[in-house]
Order: sequence, then C-alpha cells, then structure tokens
Amino acid sequence: MKNRSLISINDFSKEEQLKILDLAEEFEKQPTQKILEGYVAATLFFEPSTRTRLSFETAVNRLGGRIIGFSDTSSTSVQKGESLKDTIIMVSNYSDIIIMRHPKAGSARYASEVATVPIINAGDGANQHPTQCLLDMYSIRKTQGTLDNLDIAFVGDLKYGRTVHSLVMALTNFNCRFHLVSPQELKLPSVVKMHIKDKNLEYYQYTDLQEVLPIADVCYMTRIQKERFSDPIEYEKVKNAYILKNSMLKGSKDNLRILHPLPRVNEISEDIDDNPKAYYFQQALNGVYVRQALVTSILGVK
Amino acid sequence: MTNQFDPRKELKVNAIENGTVIDHIPAQNVFQVIKILGLEGFDNQILFGTNLDSYKFGKKGIIKVSNRFFAPDEINKIALAAPSATLIVIRDYQIVEKTTVTIPDQILNIVKCFNPNCITNHENIPTKFTVVSKEDIKLRCHYCEKITSKDDISFR
Repeated sequence: MKNRSLISINDFSKEEQLKILDLAEEFEKQPTQKILEGYVAATLFFEPSTRTRLSFETAVNRLGGRIIGFSDTSSTSVQKGESLKDTIIMVSNYSDIIIMRHPKAGSARYASEVATVPIINAGDGANQHPTQCLLDMYSIRKTQGTLDNLDIAFVGDLKYGRTVHSLVMALTNFNCRFHLVSPQELKLPSVVKMHIKDKNLEYYQYTDLQEVLPIADVCYMTRIQKERFSDPIEYEKVKNAYILKNSMLKGSKDNLRILHPLPRVNEISEDIDDNPKAYYFQQALNGVYVRQALVTSILGVK
Repeated sequence: MTNQFDPRKELKVNAIENGTVIDHIPAQNVFQVIKILGLEGFDNQILFGTNLDSYKFGKKGIIKVSNRFFAPDEINKIALAAPSATLIVIRDYQIVEKTTVTIPDQILNIVKCFNPNCITNHENIPTKFTVVSKEDIKLRCHYCEKITSKDDISFR
C-alpha cells in the first residue's frame, strides 16, 4: 500500500483492507508511538467536518507527525479563485501525504492524479468515504469477532448515505446477509443492490424497523434528512418511524451492536447510550486506530 | 451493386475525389460530429449537409472531408453522437471501403458528466468515462463514479 492513494474502498483489495484492520488492532493496544517523527501530513478540509478531521489529526499527532492544513477555505487562496489542481500541487510540495475532504464528487480522484504525494479521501461530496468504511468494518469485526456470515441491518437513508453504499459494497466480500430498512423514497439504489446480487448474497427490504431488530447482529443507523424528500408530508409521515428507542431492543440478540457514522440527531434515542449494545462512540474512537494504520501503511512506516 | 452506391447518382452533396464520407449521421448531431473530429480547424475542403431525406432514418446528415482518412480510434470518438454512422473511404471518386463505427471502451473529453456535483463540471478537467454497457449506452464517470445514461448524454 506504500505510496498508494485511497480514494474509493475498492482501491484496496479485501486482503489489503484486512491488513489495515489487523494493523489498527496493534495501534489500539499502543496508540502513542513516535514513528511518524519528521513526517508532515496535510489535512485539507474544503468542507467542514468534526470527527473525520479531528480523528485524522489525533492519529498523526499521537504518532509524532506534524499537521498542516485548513479546516475551511475562508482563509485560503481558494477564495481568490485558485483551482483545485494548483492547491493540490502546491500542498504536495509541503507535505508527505494529503488527507482531503471536498464538497464535489470526484475531487479526490482528480487530486490523486495531479498530486506528487498520496491522497487519502476523507469524503468527496456524496461519492466516497473509504476511511469511514474501514472503521465501520473494524468496529463490526471487533464486536462480532468476524466479518463473515453476519446479519447486518442498515436503517434510515439508504439512498443518499455514502457510508452505507461503501460499507455494503465492502461487506459483499464477506458472506453477509443485508437487511435494508428505509422509507420507500430512500431505498438503497439499484446500482448498489447489483453488487449484492453479483456475489449471490441475500438482501431483504423492510419499511418497519422493529422487524429486523430480533435478527440483526449489527444495526447500522443513519440520519434521515428532511431536505431529501420531495414532499414534506412524506417526511412527516416517516420521521418518527426510524427512531430507535431502548424499549425496542427487548428480544434482540445479545451480540447486537448499534452503529452510527454520527452526527446523530434524534434517530437514536439518548436512553440507548448507556445500553451495552450502543457502540457508536467507541466506533468513532476506532477511527483513530484505523487512520493510524492507514497513514503509516501508505507512508511505508508500517 | 456498385451502381447503387454511385456517388454521382445518390448524393445531393457534391462528390469528392479523395477522402472520407461520414454518412447516416443523426440530422441533429452533424455539428457535434464536426466538433468532435476537430474539423472546424481543418484546412481542406469539407462539405456537409443535414436534414437530408434518408430511406433508413427519415432525416440524416452527411459530412465529406477531402484528403483526410481517419484511424479507427479517431472515428470511434463519434460513436456516441452518431452510433449509426457509416464511414466510406473514397479514392478517385470510387468507394474503396465501407465500415460502421463502434463504441470505444473509454470516452475521453467528449461527454459532459450528468452529475451536477461532479468535479469535472466545476474545474477545468477533461472528462473520462468507462463504457459499462454498449447496448443501452451507460458511461461511468472516472471521477464521481456516477452513471451517465444514453438519455442524459450531452456533449461538452
């Protein structure tokens, strides 16, 4: 993986993805090591983010590397009309690796073609978010002990949620069954379902969240955004149907874990936070280890 | 058979001595084909006609370029704008070769990405598509990974 960019989860093979997860386990045991001393990582956030940027910066800082970059474009030459190409080439001169988030789809792929250093895509519009995918895989493997033969429920906005698309695609390499719970308007796109069919795996579609809770090993919640609905009445009809409450977890499997890419608004009721089945905050922490594994692999330090 | 294709009898646009005739272009795409082939900056004689009656298509367009012969790679670029096009090589007023176009595996810098949020629609970047289906024409953008389908294709 040395010197390779990670733009889309499919850029890394199943074996390479598992290698990252194994390495992340090592970093979880020992997250502070001075192995990136002398390295400079650039975090270019053309669009705001809390978790992704902070966890990347924590990952690098704990390993002794230095960070340059920006968390919004207001104080940069982008405001003066600098092209993405120029910004990336210039930052390539100053850093050993670039971690970028950008509002436009495809921006990270393009950046990887003009940069002289590797790029890690930290989200390009509605397209890809591969490091979220890896940390989701890490969280599933850690809580279930395996990625194979699991019943995974995806709940909420399955149409626009880029983390759902990447994770479904990645999990098709591991004999999982997919339980897809969403309002009619926000069903998983057929392009993504094709990937499941291509691997001869099973998927089931539901509109009722309660149906999947007794069978799921993992319940991956997402936020339903009002602006996704063409008809506001439709939103009002479904908005409360996909809120997970503690009382609904009665009868669920002991090994069930609730995941969420965060930010959460109201789709997971706060009374679940203290339930041992709630895993979303630990999931966000796992992002640090996975990103440490990724950065050190790409820089060739590990 | 040869008489049927006699250019002096069949074609409303004047015959050429040597060069290439691109026939059966959809009438509305003639100017697009001229653009894709870069004929606007070409010095030789070019004749073209559009909205001509066609037995097969109703209306069609035709382009005749003197003293210019196209490599398959070059001509296949027009396949999306004119999938039904016939390519006729003329030497000394005679047809020496007649072929059709085929859709290439990659489409470079001709088509606009359908996704309004794609980076290629916001920065000065050549577009690049992989043809994922040649039958019903589906192009996957190399950058945003979205599919542009036949009905959504527009040219840059």
